[in-house]
Amino acid sequence: ITKYVIVTSSNLPLFAPILQLPARYWQELQEEERKDENKVKKDGEQSKEALQQEEDKTQKAKKRKQDQSPSDGEKKSDPFPGPAPIPEDRLQKFKRKDKLKKPHRKQHKLRDIIARSEDASEMAQKQAARFDLLLPEEAGFLEGDEDEDTCMISQEDIAEAVDITSGAKYFNLKLSQFGPYRLDYSKTGRHLLLGGRRGHVACIDWASKQLMCEINVMESVNDVKWLHTEAMYAVAQKKWLYIYDSNGIELHCIRKFNDVLRMQFLPYHFLLATICHALGSAGKISVDEHFLNQPHHIQSHINHIRWPLSIYFTLSYKNLVFVVVVVFVYMVTSGMDKKLKVYDVRTFKPLKSYFLPAGAACLSLSQKGLLSAATGDVVQVYKDVCSMPVTKPYMAHRLRGTVWGLHFCPFEDVLGIGHGDGFTSMLVPGAGEPNFDGLDANPYRSAKQRQEWEVKALMEKIQPDLISLDPTELAQVDQATWEQRHQDRVEVLGFDPLAKEKFVPKYKKKGRSSAGAIERRKKQVAHEEQRDVIRKSVEDKMKMEKERKERERKKAALSTQKSALDRFKK
Amino acid sequence: MKVKVIARNPDDYVRETKLDIQRVPRNYDPSLHPFEVSREYTRALNATKLERVFAKPFVASLDGHRDGVNCMAKHAKSLSTLLSGSCDGEVKVWNLSKHECVRTLQAHEGFVRGMVVRYCGTSFFTVGDDKTIKQWKMESPGYGEEEEPINTILGKTVYTGLDHHQNDPVFATCGQQVDIWDEQRSSPIRSFTWGVDSFSSVHFNPVETELLASCASDRSIVLYDMRESTPLKKVIMAMRSNTLSWNPMEAYYFTCANEDYNLYTYDMRYLAKPIMVHMDHVSAVLDVDYAPTGKEFVSASFDKTIRIFAKDGGHSREVYHTKRMQHVICIKWSADNKYILSGSDEMNIRLWKANAAEKLGVLAPREREAANYSQKLKEKFQHHPQIRRIARHRHLPKTIYHQTKELRVMKEARRRKERNVRKHSKPGSVPVVSEKEKHVVTVVK
Repeated sequence: ITKYVIVTSSNLPLFAPILQLPARYWQELQEEERKDENKVKKDGEQSKEALQQEEDKTQKAKKRKQDQSPSDGEKKSDPFPGPAPIPEDRLQKFKRKDKLKKPHRKQHKLRDIIARSEDASEMAQKQAARFDLLLPEEAGFLEGDEDEDTCMISQEDIAEAVDITSGAKYFNLKLSQFGPYRLDYSKTGRHLLLGGRRGHVACIDWASKQLMCEINVMESVNDVKWLHTEAMYAVAQKKWLYIYDSNGIELHCIRKFNDVLRMQFLPYHFLLATICHALGSAGKISVDEHFLNQPHHIQSHINHIRWPLSIYFTLSYKNLVFVVVVVFVYMVTSGMDKKLKVYDVRTFKPLKSYFLPAGAACLSLSQKGLLSAATGDVVQVYKDVCSMPVTKPYMAHRLRGTVWGLHFCPFEDVLGIGHGDGFTSMLVPGAGEPNFDGLDANPYRSAKQRQEWEVKALMEKIQPDLISLDPTELAQVDQATWEQRHQDRVEVLGFDPLAKEKFVPKYKKKGRSSAGAIERRKKQVAHEEQRDVIRKSVEDKMKMEKERKERERKKAALSTQKSALDRFKK
Repeated sequence: MKVKVIARNPDDYVRETKLDIQRVPRNYDPSLHPFEVSREYTRALNATKLERVFAKPFVASLDGHRDGVNCMAKHAKSLSTLLSGSCDGEVKVWNLSKHECVRTLQAHEGFVRGMVVRYCGTSFFTVGDDKTIKQWKMESPGYGEEEEPINTILGKTVYTGLDHHQNDPVFATCGQQVDIWDEQRSSPIRSFTWGVDSFSSVHFNPVETELLASCASDRSIVLYDMRESTPLKKVIMAMRSNTLSWNPMEAYYFTCANEDYNLYTYDMRYLAKPIMVHMDHVSAVLDVDYAPTGKEFVSASFDKTIRIFAKDGGHSREVYHTKRMQHVICIKWSADNKYILSGSDEMNIRLWKANAAEKLGVLAPREREAANYSQKLKEKFQHHPQIRRIARHRHLPKTIYHQTKELRVMKEARRRKERNVRKHSKPGSVPVVSEKEKHVVTVVK
């Protein structure tokens, strides 16, 4: 039987504070050297006592290693002994969990296993932190001059200042005929899907401006969303939910979902989450969420999805429009009450609240933590909303029509804006993650790579029952108390399996089962049980007596201790 | 103003020619890989299911013996050679890679009781029911030559077991007493007796090469040191042991296969209590052999199954059975840790994989990495209920399935009775005996 140990998970630090780097690279190393020396000294002192203990082995090995390097010091000695140091913030980025509490000394196997796995985990984290050095690209930035404010810099200036290809990423598509546009970027960031309110749906490769398909669905379009690849997308039309191919061919018409307002695709679960028109009573946020693959209703949907997503839901009675963006632990909401609030999702406590001149109708969060808010026809981008208090926007841009949709492009420094006059692609330096992972979302993947990735992703699809508020729940030890488990079992079985069954005496033949004999047998068993109960209570009483006596004895011992100050006591 | 926007050069990310491999830049940032625990769990679940799908352990059956296979011997130097002795005195030498018999010789009249290959690999010894010890050459006889042993020793009593020293030209036999022989002499250089008139097997310790152990018919296991003149000590158990096997990596551990359906791992220094009791068989255990890594061992039982146990596991991790395989008499774990050889009553020797779902042959580096990754994932998530349920699931023949249930009911009944006796007696008069101590009667020095 393995004994369970309580395990705590540490928070994922999303935005780590920037440390003060040492002025010269060797200053950090000197600290490291000093630390190493201290360790050696400690080993030297301990080694005499610790010779009998087993931990000595590892310390001795370390000491031997450190002794060896200065021992061949007649030749050259390494000026930077030991492995290369890793900066603390980088190590923090890869840190997963605090160390476990060590189990009882007698549980040899468990201690062994835990120690080994923790060592392996630490090594893996260090290796990942070291690999960080080899990443090819660096993030973008925008810094104004002494008196210049970054939010005053216009898009044209930025487009002129950067190279041609990056400058071409700022463009406008004038589509004034078919109503304000909603948009979506695919997961790799290469393909853009536009949906106009009057029915115009187009998907393009926005970098090369190649049109993949363009259709008019002859109905009003509420929302558009890419599915897992650039081969399929979902359009929430006025009546039902449609799924189209990237050539514009209608694949599915899902009549179960009518009146869909907003959608979000969960890439790792292969689920499409939709929000339909609220049908609940006034005053309540009643949101029914329909999963594409499993039509069952989940009431408090916010608790179940933890991936950057924007969810819009309406409160029917107040006609307030709330906009919600959730990413990992923080939830940012904005409403008609002209306030931008940041919440902690796990505790549902408001962290910060900002004032906006007008309520933000659209919100979007980028990979690097930039928040874009749109009010009317102005889009403002804020930097680092969740961790630091923010006073003024990082960037701003004014558009022709009212903004209807906002979306950051995944691995580019680009913000896509859908508005009444069409589509605008805006340059936001520092928004995108510069280094993508080739095995996950690779903008430069070939068809073969995409096929392989698709198959592997489908095989690793996470089942919807694993959706929970804490994503590391599976990694923790289930410490359900015995009582709770017993209760569950009773519920499931319908009866209590451990309850003592009433004693039914066996029916004996040849007249041995007369009433008196049966009563006698029953009494025998009842007396036995009573004896058990009495014995147990006597034992408990004896134990308590013993403990009381121990305590009194200890108190007496303490009080009889002679001290020099006794003569001053009365 | 200072501005920098992410600008990637496609030449750095797309391969130059069709003949190159694709470029795959990696970023291990955890924020780019959310839900890592759930995804790993799903991968572990898939890996466990695939392991059950690919679990096809049976490789080949070596046919040819005309009577049940009684004993087997591994060649000391060659992985693809196996020797087997049958109940009609025939000894066959097999080539395992071609699955065919290379040489047959009539060694004894009656059972071939024991066989062992000399450490140099050039000759092998056999003992049989005709009270002889014979030494044979490993090479086949040339054209026109007859099969003749190099050396024959005639004894007075039947010899039932044989084992050779790891490095020296010394071997030991057991029958009515345990004899140590020098290869050059025709009478034993030393004989050990301890009041028992029949020993069933004798084994040399592969690490501490001067130590021997033997199983006696008075339900005991006797330990000897070749350099001493009397046996060291013996442990008497509740039921007789058929045979034992020393752990090739740990000098002092040996596992004995007992008649009471269990196997016991003892530490040679503390024989009062076995280190582990391995329970899972439903009939007498006839043979046991350790893997060369010393981490696992395989046991053959009268109940027509083979079970693989971890060295410190109370229950088996794997069970092999076939409708055609009857009582398994002898078993060997091949020296490359990959195969298990079982010789059974119905004259067949079967070749099995030690890891049922393993892919044999040379694996490409990526295949190997993927296999290692899956293995590690399965280990990491092995305690989760769904994964444990799938990993543990084995099909058993109906007789064994019912017999296991019956034994469990019997054990539970015995335990209940003991509990009741303790409840109704004077406290302290019925001591609690742990499962391990229950099976040992006494240790005699």
